[in-house]
Amino acid sequence: MPVKQLFAKAVAPRSPGVVTEKLRIPSLLTGVLAIAVATAAGLLIGPADIDRTNVLKELLDRVPLISVDSGLSAIQKNIIWEVRLPRVALGALVGGTLALSGASYQAVFRNPLADPYLLGAAAGAGLGATVAIVTGSGDGVGTFDLVPLLAFVGALAAVALTYLLGYSSGTQRSPAALLLAGVAVASFLTAVQTFIQQQNVETIRQVYSWILGRLNTASWDEVSLLAPYAFASAVLILVCRRILDVMRLGDFEASSLGIRPQLVRLVVICAASLGTAAAVAVSGLIAFVGIIVPHTVRLLIGASNRVVLPLSILFGAAFLVFVDLLGRSLASPAEIPIGVITAFCGAPFFVIVLRSSKRTLG
Amino acid sequence: MFAACGSDNAADSANQQVTFEPTATSSLATAMPEEAAEGEAPAETDEDSQPDEAVTENYPTAIVSLSPTATEMLFAVGAGSQVIAVDDFSYYPPEAPVVEGLSGWNPNVESIASFEPDLVVLSDSGVQEELELLGIEVFVAPAAVDLDDVYTQMSALGELTGNERTAGDAVLSMQAAIGEIIAGIEMSSEPLTYFHELDDTLYSVTSSTFIGQIYAMTGLKNIADPADEDGAAWGYPQLSEEFILQADPDLIFYADAQCCAQSLSTISARPGWSELSAVRNGNIFEMDSDISSRWGPRLVDFLETVSDAVATVNAR
Repeated sequence: MPVKQLFAKAVAPRSPGVVTEKLRIPSLLTGVLAIAVATAAGLLIGPADIDRTNVLKELLDRVPLISVDSGLSAIQKNIIWEVRLPRVALGALVGGTLALSGASYQAVFRNPLADPYLLGAAAGAGLGATVAIVTGSGDGVGTFDLVPLLAFVGALAAVALTYLLGYSSGTQRSPAALLLAGVAVASFLTAVQTFIQQQNVETIRQVYSWILGRLNTASWDEVSLLAPYAFASAVLILVCRRILDVMRLGDFEASSLGIRPQLVRLVVICAASLGTAAAVAVSGLIAFVGIIVPHTVRLLIGASNRVVLPLSILFGAAFLVFVDLLGRSLASPAEIPIGVITAFCGAPFFVIVLRSSKRTLG
Repeated sequence: MFAACGSDNAADSANQQVTFEPTATSSLATAMPEEAAEGEAPAETDEDSQPDEAVTENYPTAIVSLSPTATEMLFAVGAGSQVIAVDDFSYYPPEAPVVEGLSGWNPNVESIASFEPDLVVLSDSGVQEELELLGIEVFVAPAAVDLDDVYTQMSALGELTGNERTAGDAVLSMQAAIGEIIAGIEMSSEPLTYFHELDDTLYSVTSSTFIGQIYAMTGLKNIADPADEDGAAWGYPQLSEEFILQADPDLIFYADAQCCAQSLSTISARPGWSELSAVRNGNIFEMDSDISSRWGPRLVDFLETVSDAVATVNAR
């Protein structure tokens, strides 16, 4: 396993269950490199046949104090700056945010199956988007798009509902109650969403296309919509990374060390949900990123939250940019929905990592 | 196309003009078969009026249509008065008896049967077997692949409902109208290219669909054809935005004004689209999403919109 040997620095845990690995510079650099490679590929490759050297010249031209004639037409310049670059940027933001949210949920719930949609965010966003598509059809609310707004509100409302139900169950103030509440809320909202969708079959393709996730109409508008939330969510979660490592011991032990597990959990869940809601609002439901990226990092590099959380952002971003590149190249000039490719490529890759790694998912 | 018009049925089509316009003319046509036959040889009169008389005896008188296109066809072939219920998207022609909640998408056998129909027209065979078990005759009229399919379906519906002749006339006048439109088109030596937008996530159609074939009749070249060469997307691929930009179509037709609030201004304002020649020249045309997606008699209107657009562009 050469890949593993690249990163493997066996660190003996001080006590069972506690992982003390720190984020090391080589891993960090690998993550940055992955993003750089994915970005470069995303800018250079696409269905439009544009000479790669000219693309590089065009990029160079934008560097201050350098002036190069790229020889690209106005349309080709638009393809680089208004289609490919925002698409790469949005893919990176969505991928990083979803992977980080997944990693955070897995940490606070100590459940390897947790994903960003666990607490009903996907179902809530789906309901919000469906309502927006159904009611907005034909109204023509100008250029203002209701879909991302209602998807965002729907996702946050669903998580809030899950939280209220999970923690008002009285007897069990445990993460398990919250998970079960999430399942209930998600099923309920999905039922409502399906009902509305079936009542308005003329919009079914739009709803379906939203559910499969989309980056193909990415623009800078969407990037600027998501960026503040993605940034805020990442900062909040990363601040908590050490505390989350301590909480791996269990709530009781963490409390004895002066940590308030309920509060930390609330903060992290809020931050992760905010990021997920914003990502889902602009890109629809892109599955699997939130599970496979954090686990791949755990298996290849290390399981402590100080490693998993920041690296999930980097590798999540690179992964989605790369997958999106496949989505627009494989059937070029037709598109393959990105949600299909994340699962199609992600699942086999993950199985390989799972089988070949000796590390635990702990 | 004009050749067809000169056939032995020419007299009929002259008497019952524009039967494809499924308004009051359709019911007139069935109500007064004698008048239509007036100009013909007496020997033919008996034969011709035969099917019309039989309407009350053997032909269906309680038709339920669960396909908006089939509804348009039924009215066009003169079977409108025999239709008792249509699905909630069959809002054309306006006199069609729409039943709120009667779904063609998610058909419910029991609610269909409650109308006690003697013929049900579907666009797919989903509940065909179930209805036939109840002893109800079913006709399936799936999406047409080309214009011939359209004519075949209309003729078949005419035959089935005892309106063979009106249906024949409807087809003939449709063919005549189409022939006239095409004859009026100025074909340019260098074919103009077009992009047909189904929704704002850039789904389109290829020339293998009946929609694409209407465009092809006007001499336009489809930019979406390379996106579904193997037909894996059934002729309805989703295009990459950068591919559309690179293809730089001369004309853009958008059928997503109703669904997705798209317009000349929203399309022109899309990031990166400003340099497209269709945008710079204002060659962006709205298509009615029903007219440009139903393979019925209103294909003539569809073709006319496209040919008008081509004429506008050629004049610029």
